Amino acid sequence: MKKNIKFVSILFFLILTFVVMFKGLDVSKDYSNEKLNSKIDFSFTAKKLFNDEIIILEDLFDQNGISVVNIWASWCVPCREEHKFLMNLKNMNIQVIGINYKDASKNAKDFLNLLGNPYSDIIVDKDGTKSIEFGAIGVPETIIINGKTNNIIKKFIGPLNTENVIEIKNLINETS
Amino acid sequence: MSNYFGNYSLYFALIASLYLIIKSYLVSNKALKYLDKNFILITSIQTLMITISFISLVFAFIYSDFSNETVFNNSHTLKPMFYKISGSWGNHEGSLLLWLLVLSVFLFIFLLKSGSQNIKYRVLTLLFQQIIIAGFLIFILLTSNPFNMIFPIPSEGLGLNPILQDPALAIHPPILYLGYVGTSIIFSASLASLITGNIGEAWARHIKKWVLVSWIFLTIGILLGSIWAYYELGWGGFWFWDPVENVSLMPWFCLTALLHTVVVLERRNLFKEWTIILSITTFSLSMSGTFLVRSGILNSIHTFANDPSRGLFILSFLFILILMALTIFFFNQNKSKGAIKESFIFSKETAILVNNWFMMFFLSVVLVGTIYPIFLEVLNGSKISVGPPFYHNLLIPFLIPFLVFMSFGPSLKWIKDNVRKFEFDLFVIFLISILISYFILIKSEKSFLLSIPLIILSFYLLIITIKDFFSKKSYLSQKVSHFGFSLLILSILLNSLFSFEFNSNMKVGDQRVFNDKIIILKDVIVQDIDNYKSLKANFEIKNKNTTIPLTPEVRIYQQPFTITSEAAIKTTLLSDNFLVFNILKDDGYYNIRYQYKPLMIWIWMSTILISIGGVLSILRRNEKKY
Amino acid sequence: MKHLKILILVINFLLNFNLAHASDLDLRVEQITKNLRCLICQGQSVYDSQSDFAISMKLVVKKKLEEGKEEKQIYEYLKSKYGEWIVYEPELNPNTFLLWSIPLILFIFGGLLIVRKVSIK
Repeated sequence: MKKNIKFVSILFFLILTFVVMFKGLDVSKDYSNEKLNSKIDFSFTAKKLFNDEIIILEDLFDQNGISVVNIWASWCVPCREEHKFLMNLKNMNIQVIGINYKDASKNAKDFLNLLGNPYSDIIVDKDGTKSIEFGAIGVPETIIINGKTNNIIKKFIGPLNTENVIEIKNLINETS
Repeated sequence: MSNYFGNYSLYFALIASLYLIIKSYLVSNKALKYLDKNFILITSIQTLMITISFISLVFAFIYSDFSNETVFNNSHTLKPMFYKISGSWGNHEGSLLLWLLVLSVFLFIFLLKSGSQNIKYRVLTLLFQQIIIAGFLIFILLTSNPFNMIFPIPSEGLGLNPILQDPALAIHPPILYLGYVGTSIIFSASLASLITGNIGEAWARHIKKWVLVSWIFLTIGILLGSIWAYYELGWGGFWFWDPVENVSLMPWFCLTALLHTVVVLERRNLFKEWTIILSITTFSLSMSGTFLVRSGILNSIHTFANDPSRGLFILSFLFILILMALTIFFFNQNKSKGAIKESFIFSKETAILVNNWFMMFFLSVVLVGTIYPIFLEVLNGSKISVGPPFYHNLLIPFLIPFLVFMSFGPSLKWIKDNVRKFEFDLFVIFLISILISYFILIKSEKSFLLSIPLIILSFYLLIITIKDFFSKKSYLSQKVSHFGFSLLILSILLNSLFSFEFNSNMKVGDQRVFNDKIIILKDVIVQDIDNYKSLKANFEIKNKNTTIPLTPEVRIYQQPFTITSEAAIKTTLLSDNFLVFNILKDDGYYNIRYQYKPLMIWIWMSTILISIGGVLSILRRNEKKY
Repeated sequence: MKHLKILILVINFLLNFNLAHASDLDLRVEQITKNLRCLICQGQSVYDSQSDFAISMKLVVKKKLEEGKEEKQIYEYLKSKYGEWIVYEPELNPNTFLLWSIPLILFIFGGLLIVRKVSIK
């Protein structure tokens, strides 16, 4: 009897392990923090790209509405791809705040002069530390922030596409 | 041409396997007087077939036959011949073929060497081993055939990850596999002996050789993996608690426990069930290792091509084998019940139980740490990292009692030893250890509280194991292995305490002062070599009266595009000077990382000593018993 | 759970308690970044990596230390940004309770088994 209980419990454990491993095969190995709604502390300062003015980040963000932040760099190839979608956002009167990530200021300006400037404001993140406050892993990333709570409500890792643009537009319409 | 040879001989091997499974199953119920000659004959033909298949693959690699998909994916005409050959088992398909080859060769040797054993036992071992062989053959033929053809034939291969072009890594998989696969024989043999009920002294003596062989190869395999990580990954570490490393360590703990237990079985006819459980677990862990590594279920530094259908196959196969083993164990358990003998608290038996106790604990830490994240992610979706701090927190405190036990356990007598009285010489040794530790720790900048007892105890153990060489109470093999182990622990401890490092960005002509050393970057030489561009930097590390020149290298490969750092390492008996550099985006600057790592070579040497002990034990002829 | 937490804290303290006390800023950055996973690398710590992400991360850790933040606060901060995946040492919570306790339970269980097998006489 005791033997049988042992056998059955080991068997049960074995089957459980099998099921878990079986499911584990399907779990994606790519990690993303897209679902993490972290809170952002806006009390730090940054330099603007075009006029070298130093500002506190709070001043840039809409305290009552939704803000869109895009992290980009002129050296980043996918950023070039997503640029036209950022222009779409601009044409829809959606303000996008740019964070210029580890870039040479001249290259960044040339990039915008050539392709157009979709941003309402651009701040410079020379050493990449400001992007970490936004939970960025690399470039490009687009982050939607709720100004009332300062929480990230949506995050897009990698270049934007048409669906993302629609999603962003809907998000903004919903809350306003 | 070689593709056809390789492919069809695998089918022949499968037919042989199925025939042997049916035949040996049918005869296993009968009373047998002698072993059917055909069994050995067919097994040898099967081994020959698999060997032909393996050699065909090696030939396809040597002659860069890109009509073979495996060769196309993993080789390149520009690669040096040595790495072309080692490339044949450096990939998924080839490595499985190697597994299979070792499986069948081991079975063949087993059949030849087990002549003195019970016939039924031999037939059953053959049966279980053939089930494993058939499983692997089907796996290879269905999901990972190394002889898939492509047409039209490409003119050039896709190259091989340059990080894998390293001599230690080229021989690391075969050695590790010899260890893994050796455990399959232990597994099959213990299931067979469960059924025949012949577990006892004679069986223990016979299976001990296989335990030793697997254990030696596994030890050396793990060592080579660490050496590769140290020289090639460029971070200066030799063990990262990476899941793929853990997977090789788990069967090692189990085998080490088994190695000790089997001695008790041999000498005292005790712990029968426990020996069988350990044998089954060891092989299950080796197989799980293959599953975890090859299915891509783990997050690891070491990338392997993966495909879910492969994972599913190994998983199912593994569970069928474990289920089979469990059923056989539970329904034949009673046959191996021995006379109940008591073990006394001061006896070698108990000491070995304690050894097993710790080995199982170490095993459970590594096992839980490796697979828990998978469970958690599947069951509730959260993703956690289990890294070095977890293992250190759980393992290091337990090392203290383990070292204490190891200092007196091995010298206890069988059956019953006397309670020791105060021994003056041990007390003196202990005092000496405290003194040495004191003088060492006082020089250290980071003397952690827990490292004080650890250092004292490992010095104590080291002296004790040296002293044991003069005693006549144990085998030389045991003395050497235990001495090696204490040396290993001590080297690792001192290495981690006294390593220091220095990071900086430098350009040519710069010099940096660090502690009492000056690091100078003299120049960087750029060269085009075969299939990569090489940047060699000439550094000088100046001390008060010595100058060490170090020339680390950065290699930029184009096919596929990879940048690797070749560390410059100057090894002496006392310490390693380790330097790597990387190219930075800012023009002209290089990131340098200099590390001073004491006693590195002793970590390698002591591990070799541990395995030499194993070799001595296999070679031992004299029947004197301790 | 509480006992285990205390036990782990004690062990942690013993393992990391440095008699010489690491006051050097760089050394503390080294200690912390060795416990952080570089999210864009394969199995490398932030300390060992030279990727853009890791370089910025090292600066952030240094900055936080200069602001007077404790090691634990820095981990909490980064976990809020990147999830628990970023730290190599899983914290003790209901999710990881079994992770920390299974080996210890097995150790106690094994000890009991041995005591039962062995006669004290």
